[in-house]
Amino acid sequence: MTIRVSEADRAPSFQKAALPLLEDAQLRKNVRHATDVIQSKRALVVGQTPDWQDLRTAGSAIKAHTLLHLDRYLEQFEKACTAAGGHVHWASDADEANRIVVGLVKEYGGNEVIKIKTMTSEEIGLNEALEREGIHAHETDLAEVIIQLGNDKSSHIVGPAIHKNRSQVRQIFRERMNLPNLGDTPEELTAAARHYLREKFLRVKIGISGANFLIAETGSVCIVESEGNGRMCLTLPKVLISLAGIEKVIPRFQDLEVFLQSLPRSATGERMNPYNSVWTGMRPDDGPQHFHVVLLDNGRTGILADPEARQTLHCIRCGACLNTCPVYRQTGGHAYGSSYSGPIGAILTPQLLQMQHGTSLPYASSLCGACYEACPVKINIPEVLIHLRGRVVREKKSALDPEALAMKTAAAIFTSRRRFEAAQRLGRIAQWPLVSHGWMRNLPGMLGNWTRVRDLRALPEQTFRAWWKQREKAGANGSPTPSAPLRSARRIVEDPSHG
Amino acid sequence: MRISLFITCYNDTLFPATGQAVVRLLERLGHTVEFDPEQTCCGQMHYNTGYQREAMPLLRRFVDIYKDAEAVCVPSSSCVAMMRDHYPKMAAEQSDPGLVRAVEDLLPRVYELTELLVHRFGIEDVGAYFPHRVTYHASCHSQRSLHLGDVPLRLLRRVRGIDLVDLPNIDRCCGFGGTFAIKMGDVSAAMLADKMKDVENTGAEVVTAVDTSCLMHIFGGLHRARAGVRMAHIAEILAPTEADVVPEGAGA
Repeated sequence: MTIRVSEADRAPSFQKAALPLLEDAQLRKNVRHATDVIQSKRALVVGQTPDWQDLRTAGSAIKAHTLLHLDRYLEQFEKACTAAGGHVHWASDADEANRIVVGLVKEYGGNEVIKIKTMTSEEIGLNEALEREGIHAHETDLAEVIIQLGNDKSSHIVGPAIHKNRSQVRQIFRERMNLPNLGDTPEELTAAARHYLREKFLRVKIGISGANFLIAETGSVCIVESEGNGRMCLTLPKVLISLAGIEKVIPRFQDLEVFLQSLPRSATGERMNPYNSVWTGMRPDDGPQHFHVVLLDNGRTGILADPEARQTLHCIRCGACLNTCPVYRQTGGHAYGSSYSGPIGAILTPQLLQMQHGTSLPYASSLCGACYEACPVKINIPEVLIHLRGRVVREKKSALDPEALAMKTAAAIFTSRRRFEAAQRLGRIAQWPLVSHGWMRNLPGMLGNWTRVRDLRALPEQTFRAWWKQREKAGANGSPTPSAPLRSARRIVEDPSHG
Repeated sequence: MRISLFITCYNDTLFPATGQAVVRLLERLGHTVEFDPEQTCCGQMHYNTGYQREAMPLLRRFVDIYKDAEAVCVPSSSCVAMMRDHYPKMAAEQSDPGLVRAVEDLLPRVYELTELLVHRFGIEDVGAYFPHRVTYHASCHSQRSLHLGDVPLRLLRRVRGIDLVDLPNIDRCCGFGGTFAIKMGDVSAAMLADKMKDVENTGAEVVTAVDTSCLMHIFGGLHRARAGVRMAHIAEILAPTEADVVPEGAGA
């Protein structure tokens, strides 16, 4: 089995990949602006939803229940979809899914396809696999068109081109659509995209989509989108192939009630998506006459087997955790090395890859918890990050790793009062060559990462415990030590720099 | 009330003034403060970095020291978050029913400082005097784990002489994140730059929080930039009274 997630197996570590992105002032401004806009829209509509917390709880409960009976619901979906005229294929990994899709396209005699935005296809590298067989995939989601024409990579699971601004988009369209006089107003840019895409919608006979939800009870597939280009891909071609991770199944049609409220609010700050498509199998003389669903594992059952991390599979790909993440805000999505970026990418990618790659990703978080708070299906991302860090330490670190040594030494110090107090004394002595005017500005080794942009106050003359001991002694003699706040209040008055 | 102080390892070692302020404040409010020198660390750094096995003895140590405490006061929301969010699960994984019960029994008696004041004692005006322009940063764990909301602000608003100014993006992470600031130093620096900008734009001379660790990070950057803003843990603002302040020029 070859599990692959985009090019994450070859990607540099998060900290390395982040460096050039941090240098890119335009990208950082674009990401800040876009995430701020989406977040304020989300905050508004979530604030107008009095049962928001109940929706989160319900969404989480539906997903948790489904995952516990995933085999049953997938088989139920297969049966219902097949009965309605669809064909269901099972793919254990990226290569198998690509083989199935390529085989189907060839079977129906096409050398090009039109695509709705599907992160799952980016996960398995479908476009590249099609291209290798001489089949060209035309992206039709506006952001994906920008990415494809710009030879770029998507940086956000909902808005893949979030890192580009209008004038950058205009430049790409001018060059690739041969429109040298194109302006940069939204109207002109969408008109150009519309003209570019219409011709493909009408010509290409095979459509490829992802899936937001698979409904076990009815065998239906659901896709939500904002542009209507997806609806074109779902209805105009003669052949429709939908690729879906196995965690996309939900038990009942009625369960959509929860997700069609929580997903648009979380993803785009809308109360409802402009286009909600739900279809069941195939209808003679209406829409595609051949319908295939490819169910993808590609490491998902491995995640399912880990009770502590299973909640990762609750994800409905809304992107709210990306938009709220203070780390994503600085780097954008490319630092995460796969189609899945932000906090969800930091837990999903390394797990799909069985912790063999992407092991810097669980550390790409300050554990601030904003992602958990925003998640519409209550994935406790910080908890999963910590769990995965534990796996990284247990499975990867050699006993001679400097960090592991430092941590084990610290653990030995903290388990003994004598050693702790000795370490405090030793620290005060050992720091002297590094201290200048009460501050440390250039620390050696790993700690140098701190002092590159931050000062560190020198260890004080007296620890709290030494002060306490002295105070107890003085108290026993009937003359308590002057209270600390008195001294600190004095210091404030005397020395505004406080050090 | 008899209050057992868990000062936290970094306050003990690096920021004794915070602990001294906590003692002064609680005693001023008529409580008895106890400090057991056997205490060291809650285990947060180890646990959050992936060294969960190494954090376990520190849980046992904490439970042993405080099992009979009437109330435990911790002037750090992230250490309290470590206990509330992870101790029950850690204990459960040890298949030691006694430990699970001990953790369950102890946790309701563990309070972050401002929780202790507002939720347990029911006071907001602690009689403090702090004649400075101050801005308050809501640390991540205080907001999203302890759900403190405006509890610290309610205390600060009652301080005499204070000029309290709102911090924009008050609850956005400063980029500290424990070992994150070391392991992901550049990204952390970018997050810090945002936070410093917000703090400096308030025109405050003092930035405060319920966590000295976040303040160490924010102030570390401000000090490097010679920004003229200093840090004070909230206890250092709530402890002094008008009687404490020596008039300017009076000397040490």
